[in-house]
Amino acid sequence: MKILVCISQVPDTTTKIAFGDNNTTFNTAGVTMIINPYDEWYSLVRALELKEAGVATAVNLVTVGKADAEPVIRKALALGGDEAIRIDTDSNDPYVVAAQIAEYAKSEGYDLVLCGKESIDYNNGVMGAMLAEMLDMNYIGFASSLDIAGGIATVKREIEGGEETDNSPLPLVVSCQKGMAEARIPNMRGIMAARTKPLKVVAAAAVNPVSAIVSYEMPPAKTGVKMIDADKMDELVNLLHTEAKVI
Amino acid sequence: MSIIVLAENAGGSFKKKTFEAVQYAAGIAQSMGTTVTAVALGNIADAELQSLGAYGANKVLHVADARLNNLSARAYTKVLATATEKEGAKVIVALHDVTGKAVAPRVAARLKAGMVAGAVSQPDMSNGFVVKKNVFSGKAFAFVNITSDVKVITLMPNTFAVKKGEGSASVEKLDVAFDDKDFSVTVKEVNKVTGAVPLAEAELVVSGGRGMKGPENWHYLEDLAKELGAALACSRPVADSHWRPHHEHVGQTGGTIRPNLYIATGISGAIQHLAGVNGSKTIVVINKDPEAPFFKAADYGVLGDALDVLPKLTEAVKKWKASHN
Ligand SMILES: Cc1cc2nc3c(=O)[nH]c(=O)nc-3n(C[C@H](O)[C@H](O)[C@H](O)COP(=O)(O)OP(=O)(O)OC[C@H]3O[C@@H](n4cnc5c(N)ncnc54)[C@H](O)[C@@H]3O)c2cc1C
Ligand SMILES: Nc1ncnc2c1ncn2[C@@H]1O[C@H](COP(=O)(O)O)[C@@H](O)[C@H]1O
Repeated sequence: MKILVCISQVPDTTTKIAFGDNNTTFNTAGVTMIINPYDEWYSLVRALELKEAGVATAVNLVTVGKADAEPVIRKALALGGDEAIRIDTDSNDPYVVAAQIAEYAKSEGYDLVLCGKESIDYNNGVMGAMLAEMLDMNYIGFASSLDIAGGIATVKREIEGGEETDNSPLPLVVSCQKGMAEARIPNMRGIMAARTKPLKVVAAAAVNPVSAIVSYEMPPAKTGVKMIDADKMDELVNLLHTEAKVI
Repeated sequence: MSIIVLAENAGGSFKKKTFEAVQYAAGIAQSMGTTVTAVALGNIADAELQSLGAYGANKVLHVADARLNNLSARAYTKVLATATEKEGAKVIVALHDVTGKAVAPRVAARLKAGMVAGAVSQPDMSNGFVVKKNVFSGKAFAFVNITSDVKVITLMPNTFAVKKGEGSASVEKLDVAFDDKDFSVTVKEVNKVTGAVPLAEAELVVSGGRGMKGPENWHYLEDLAKELGAALACSRPVADSHWRPHHEHVGQTGGTIRPNLYIATGISGAIQHLAGVNGSKTIVVINKDPEAPFFKAADYGVLGDALDVLPKLTEAVKKWKASHN
């Protein structure tokens, strides 16, 4: 059984966000890029566990990005995985990214495609479902556990106000979130091994974008906190009613 | 032409967030000079279907197949694609929730449609078709122009106040030919937290962090939540220490919520926590440390010991409720 893990690179969570060119571009100067946490902590680790348990035979990583994405994909390889594929283009149109991955994956015979529940930069949460449609696979989103036996996947997924356990035949796309696995830290052996693991660069397919970010905006700054005396909770409740109008 | 909106139901009835989606679609329909067609799936009574008219639906296409009572992403996708074609629709609206996020991107991929995931504004059609959404985990917004002929939008729930109007929608049955593959994901088990307000849709949320000291003190938060009719949430260390179940954990690695009111008690306000809650309309912070970063993101702050402040606040809510009945 072959697993494909989708890896995206995102700005480190503590990055101060700033825009340039009249708020039309994201300033990457001085920004540290990391593996999207959901990909690193959950989908990648679960894929490796399935290989270690003898359920999967191969774990490959794919990223859609230019050469600047390579340090991040090497870090992912240091955690584990057999080889990485970088599709050489950049886009923040999720349709384009999904189409690139689908174009590569369709002839590779993957039984399982894992991605994160959302990327923490553009917060779309759409990649898994788009890929599933393009690859004509089933999709289970927001999964917190995944097991495979006898060609059937058993997946726990988030539903409104609880959890549901689903079964699906393979091939399948799953988007992963907390609960799926315990995060790992790359060790020296992994880091050394990653240096020589194959990182294939694939040319991008011709895909017409269907959306584009035209500009960015910072949220209005909070006007400042109104402090209420701890002994005057009646006043707070009143303000919540008359001023904030939330109760 | 018409605007298509996926009208999610829960056990045969529609909830507030569905009304919000229908109302949002009606806003788009109005600017485009067209009508709203809601698409409803599974067993739902006609009166319930017609009630979507009060929120702006002109017509409801109903696929009354019991297999659709539960989410089947492939089948729902087929239904929406069929409805879109039948109506010649150019815009498809769904909610940015677990169901919408499983279905809308599939529809977009099938129809080669551009999509905005998690919209927080009506589309601006003065120069293209531009929709605002959250990016960088609530630290900024992006304006996305959809350039394809057909457009897909998932609406962030709890973005607009819902207003009930007059009107009743006409109901039409829609037939869709399914095959076995459409139902090849099967449900084995469902575990719902009963009784409590589901966190993702709660308008009021009471949340606790490590400053609550231990699970034995959670009754203070539970009392306040009960009095307000609020849902409970917590910071990550609280869930990691098993003081509270993991589905209550909010933040970058937990749930993202946008309630009208978020009361954060004994939570420092780390950036990863804020990422999940900074879309809240009003934030109240209770903390004993005047330097706690959360105060900078708060609308109202109370400096004090949580275990001391919470009972007072609960009492004040009780009193206020009694005087407003
Ligand atoms: C990659 C990454 C992802 C993360 N994701 C998340 C996430 O999704 N959600 C999340 O919450 N965290 C997340 N974290 C952790 C986050 O950085 C903080 O460590 C965490 O939010 C702190 O939780 P806390 O505020 O409950 O505890 P603390 O930081 O320990 O703060 C406790 C607060 O309580 C106050 N306090 C103490 N006693 C009292 C009292 N008696 N009365 C009133 N106030 C009191 C203190 O002054 C302090 O401000 C993440 C971290 C990383 C690195
Ligand atoms: N450029 C990319 N290359 C590879 N995988 C990606 C890329 N962008 C997003 N993904 C995957 O899709 C998931 C969800 O991302 P999104 O739908 O963009 O929020 C991420 O966690 C990744 O697993």
